[in-house]
Amino acid sequence: MSLGPAEVAKIAHLARLAIRDEDVPAYARNLSAILELVAQMDAADTTGVAPMAHPLNMAQRLRPDAAAEPDRRERFQAIAPQVEAGLYLVPKVIE
Amino acid sequence: MHEKTIAQLSAGLAAGEFSSEELTRAFLERVERFNPRLNAFITVTAEAALARARVADQRRQRGEAEPLTGIPIAHKDIFCTDGVRTSCGSRMLDRFVAPYDATVVEKLSAAGAVMLGKTNMDEFAMGSSNETSFYGPVRNPWDLEAVPGGSSGGSAAAVAARLAPGATGTDTGGSIRQPAALCGITGLKPTYGRVSRWGMIAYASSLDQGGPMARSAEDCALLLGAMAGFDPRDSTSADRPVPDYAALLDRPLDGLRIGLPKEYFGEGLDGVVAQVVEEAIAEYRKLGAETIEISLPNSRLAIPAYYVIAPAECSSNLARFDGVRYGHRCENPKDLLDLYTRSRGEGFGAEVTRRILVGTFALSAGYYDAYYLKAQQIRRLISDDFQRAFERVDVIAGPTSPTVAFRLGEKADDPITMYLSDIYTIAVNLAGLPGLSLPVGFAAGLPVGLQLIGDYFAEDRLLNVAHRYQQVADWHLRAPAAFA
Amino acid sequence: MEWETVIGLEIHAQLATKSKIFSGASTAYGAAPNTQACAIDLGLPGVLPVLNRDAVRMAAMLGLAIGAEVARRSVFARKNYFYPDLPKGYQISQYELPVVGKGQLTIDLDDGSSKVIGITRAHLEEDAGKSLHEDFHGRSGIDLNRAGTPLLEIVSEPDMRSAKEAVAYMKKLHQLVVYLGICDGNMQEGSFRCDANVSVRPKGDPKFGTRAEIKNLNSFRFVERAIEFEIERQIDLIESGGKVVQETRLYDPDQGETRSMRGKEEANDYRYFPDPDLLPLVLDDAFIDAARAALPELPDVKKQRFTEQYGLSAYDAGVLTTSRALANHYEATVAALGGEPKLCANWVMGDFSAFLNKDNRDIANSPVDAAQLAGLLRRLQDRTISGKIAKEVFEAMWAGEGDADAIIEKRGLRQITDTSAIEKVIDDAIAANPDQLAQYRAGKDKLFGFFVGQVMKLSKGKANPQQVNDLLMEKLKG
Repeated sequence: MSLGPAEVAKIAHLARLAIRDEDVPAYARNLSAILELVAQMDAADTTGVAPMAHPLNMAQRLRPDAAAEPDRRERFQAIAPQVEAGLYLVPKVIE
Repeated sequence: MHEKTIAQLSAGLAAGEFSSEELTRAFLERVERFNPRLNAFITVTAEAALARARVADQRRQRGEAEPLTGIPIAHKDIFCTDGVRTSCGSRMLDRFVAPYDATVVEKLSAAGAVMLGKTNMDEFAMGSSNETSFYGPVRNPWDLEAVPGGSSGGSAAAVAARLAPGATGTDTGGSIRQPAALCGITGLKPTYGRVSRWGMIAYASSLDQGGPMARSAEDCALLLGAMAGFDPRDSTSADRPVPDYAALLDRPLDGLRIGLPKEYFGEGLDGVVAQVVEEAIAEYRKLGAETIEISLPNSRLAIPAYYVIAPAECSSNLARFDGVRYGHRCENPKDLLDLYTRSRGEGFGAEVTRRILVGTFALSAGYYDAYYLKAQQIRRLISDDFQRAFERVDVIAGPTSPTVAFRLGEKADDPITMYLSDIYTIAVNLAGLPGLSLPVGFAAGLPVGLQLIGDYFAEDRLLNVAHRYQQVADWHLRAPAAFA
Repeated sequence: MEWETVIGLEIHAQLATKSKIFSGASTAYGAAPNTQACAIDLGLPGVLPVLNRDAVRMAAMLGLAIGAEVARRSVFARKNYFYPDLPKGYQISQYELPVVGKGQLTIDLDDGSSKVIGITRAHLEEDAGKSLHEDFHGRSGIDLNRAGTPLLEIVSEPDMRSAKEAVAYMKKLHQLVVYLGICDGNMQEGSFRCDANVSVRPKGDPKFGTRAEIKNLNSFRFVERAIEFEIERQIDLIESGGKVVQETRLYDPDQGETRSMRGKEEANDYRYFPDPDLLPLVLDDAFIDAARAALPELPDVKKQRFTEQYGLSAYDAGVLTTSRALANHYEATVAALGGEPKLCANWVMGDFSAFLNKDNRDIANSPVDAAQLAGLLRRLQDRTISGKIAKEVFEAMWAGEGDADAIIEKRGLRQITDTSAIEKVIDDAIAANPDQLAQYRAGKDKLFGFFVGQVMKLSKGKANPQQVNDLLMEKLKG
C-alpha cells in the first residue's frame, strides 16, 4: 500500500494536522514505507485467531457512584490558552 | 558519593555518613556541571529538591525512613508533576505545568525519594534515539557523538553519567530497556498493569508501562517496590500484592532454565554484540542455569503489528492536544479548523506527526480490519508464542538491541531503520510481559545489554536473575570516563 | 401516490447517577461553568477513566425492563472526532458490543390499539460539554460541566409509521426510564433527548427510502412537528423529481422546519476502536440479579393490576399509572380511606391533579397528602359534606388551612340533614317568593330549580341536596 500526496492531505485533515505543502511528499514517502513494513503482517495466517486488545485477561473494575471531585477550575484554567467568565474560548463554533 | 548505588547511598544515609541534603546538593552540582554536555534534563528543580531533602532528613531523624527516603532520583518528563512543567519532550507541552502528580511520582515521593528534575525524552515517547525531543537530542555519556537510545534516553544518560542514582522511565516498545542497554545501566519494564499509568502521558495505552532505571538490579528492585501496586484510578492496574523484590534478589540460580530464542540470534544481530551476549549466557551456566534453545516463531511480525497498534492508539490519545484547554495554541486562529490544524501542526514534531498519520489511516473506514484487527490477531500469536515458551523455561534471554549505540543523526532520517532497532524489545510489550536489560560488556567501547524476559508478574525473578549476575560481574559499576 | 413513513428513534437518556460515568465529578445540573469538570472530564494529559457501577446497573435495569438480553460481556470503544465540546477528541461509547441487546416496548395508540416497537440495542456512553455562542467577541465559550455525564443511548428499530407513533414511543420510554428511577426525565435540561431517523417510501414498497437524521429534539412537541415537517419535505422533494440525500438535519423550533447541517457533516470517519484504557465490561449473574431485584413494578403491569384490583377502567388505570408518584398517591389514598377506589380515582385524577397542574408542582411538593385527601373523602362518604362543599374544603386544604375536619368545623360546613331544619328553610324560601309559588302551581314546572337554588342559598349550601329535592317537591304541591 502506498500513499500519494492527496491521500496524505486527506489523512492530515482527518487528524487535524497542518502540514506544509513542501513536507507532504516526504510524509507520503515515509508513510508508504511504514505501510510496506506493516504489510509483512499479510504473510501470517490469522484465520480464527481472537484479536488481543489487552495483554491481561482482566475485566473492567467498577467504581462506586460518589461525587467526590472538588472544584479546581481556577487551577485548571491557569494553564488554558484563553478563558473568559469560566469558559474556554475558541473561534466561533458554527452549527 | 555519586559512585554509590542506591542501596549503598541508602545505607550511608541510615548510618549517618551524610545527609540527604548533602547528597542532593552533590547530585545537583553534577547536574549543573555535566548536563550541558548531555542534555539529559529538561527541567531541574533544585530548590524544591533541597527542600524535599531536608524534609527527608527530618523524617529519618524521627526514625520513619524507608529505604528510598532521601535518595535523589529523576523523573522522565512524561510523568505529570504537580506544579512543575511536564513537557513530554514536545513543543505542544512546553509551557504545560501539570496540576497533579502521576501515581508513580506520588508513590516515590511518599517513599521519601527526592526529585532532582525531569529528564529529556523522545517527543511523546516516540523514538529510539532521543533525537525527536523538542529540547534537542540527549548524548550518550560513553560517546558524546552517539545516541543514548530512546525514548527514556535522558533518564538512561543521567543514571549512566551519575547525575542521578536512579530514574523513572516508560517503555512502550523498548523505551526503558533499549536506552538502558545503550547507556550501560539496568532497566526494567514491568508486566503491563504492575505500575499505574495514572498521570503518565499516554502514547499507546495498551503497551505503555512505567518502570525503574538504575545502575543495578538491586536498585531497580528498591525503586520498583515503591512504584508498583494497585491504583484504583487506572482501570488496567493489576490488583495484586507487591512482593518484597529486594528480599528476593539472592535466590540461587541452580536449575534455572533460560530459553534462548533462535530468532533473537540470527540475521541483523551485530557480531560483537552477539559474542558479548553469548559470554554473559556462559556466565549464567557457571551460575547453575541450564540453557535451552526455544523458538518464538512470530517474532518477525512484532514490528509490523506494533507499527499499527501503537500509532492507532497514539492517533486517538493525542487528539486531546487541540489548543483549547492547555498546551500550544497557534497565534490568531481564523476559525476552529485553523485553531486545530495549526496548533497541532506547530505543536508536534515530524515523528509524532508520522505516527498520528499512520494510526489515523489504519483506523479509517475500510482499513480497520486489514490493519488494526489483523495486528491484534498477530498480537495474540506473539503472546501465545511466549506462553508456549514459558511452559519449558523460566526466563528468556537474548540481546536487548541488535547493535550498540549508533551515531547521532545516523538513522534520524530513516524511520524504518530506526524502528528496527527495537526488534527484540517490541514483542514483550505486545504480550505485556516484564523485560529487563542489564549491562554485560562492551563492543567497540560501547555498552551491550542482555535482555531477560519473564512470565507475567515475574519481576522478582528477573531482578533475582540479573542480581546474581551482578554479584559476579561488575559491568554495571563501570562509569564512562568523562563522568567518573 | 400513497406514501408510507418509516421512523426510527435514537434516544439519549441521561442516567441519574451522582457522579460522572468515568470520573468522580458531580453531575448536578446548573453549576457555574467548568466547576464540575475535573481532570478526567477535561481530558488532561495522563488521566484515565474508571467506570461508574451505578451507570452500569441502570443500563442493566433498562435492559431487563424491555425484555432485552443484558450482555455478559460488552466493550467500550472510542468514537474519534474533533469538536470543542469533546475534550479528548473522542467520545467513549460502545460500538460493536453494547451492554443491552434486542428488546421491545408496547405503545398505546389513540384508537385504543397497541403496537410493539422493537428496540435494537442500548449502549452506555459519555455526554459532551456545551458550546455557548453568546457574545464572547465573536468566539464561542466552552462549558465542560456536562462532559462525562452518563448517557444511555436507546436505539429503536425503524418500526414507527407516523409522527404520532414516534411520540407515543418516546413518551412510553420516557415513562419507563422515570419509573425505573434511572433518568430524571427533565427534557428542558436535556436529560431525555431524541434524534429521529425519517424516511418515506411508496406504500407497499419493501425497500426503505433514504433517511435523514434530525438531531437533538428535546420535547415531545418538537419531535412531532419536526417529523411531520420532514415527512412533508421529503414527499414534496420526491414528487417534484428530487432525491432525498442521507444527511443530518437540525430542527429549528422558531421556524418550525428542519435544516441541513451539511457543513458539520463533511466526511465523518469516526475510526471506532476498543478503548485501551478500559477493559471489557463483564457482568455476572449476581450483578444482573441485583439489577432485577431493584426493578419496580413496571407501568404496564401496574396498569393491569389497577384495573383488576380496583375495578378501574383501562383509561383511568392508565392515567393513574402515568407516573410512579401518582400511582403511589392513589394507592395511599385508597388505603387510608379503606376502600372506595373509584371515588379516590376521581379525586386523584380530578381536583388533585388539576391543582398540581395549576401550581406547576410535582407530587412530592403537594400541600395535600394522601391521608389528608382520604380525610376529606371520608366526610363525603359519610355525607357530612356534599360534593360541592368538598371542592371548597379541598381548596382550603390546598391553601394550608388544615385537615378536612378542621376546615369543616371552622367554616361550619357540616351538611344539614335534619328534616325539620331543612323544612324550616324551605318554608322560609316559599314564603319569601309568593309570585313564583303561584306561577309554579299554575304549571310552570321549571321554577322548581329556582326554589332549590333559594333553599341552598339560604342554607349556605349546607342542606343535603337530595333531602331538599324530596321535601321541596312535597311542600310546593301545597
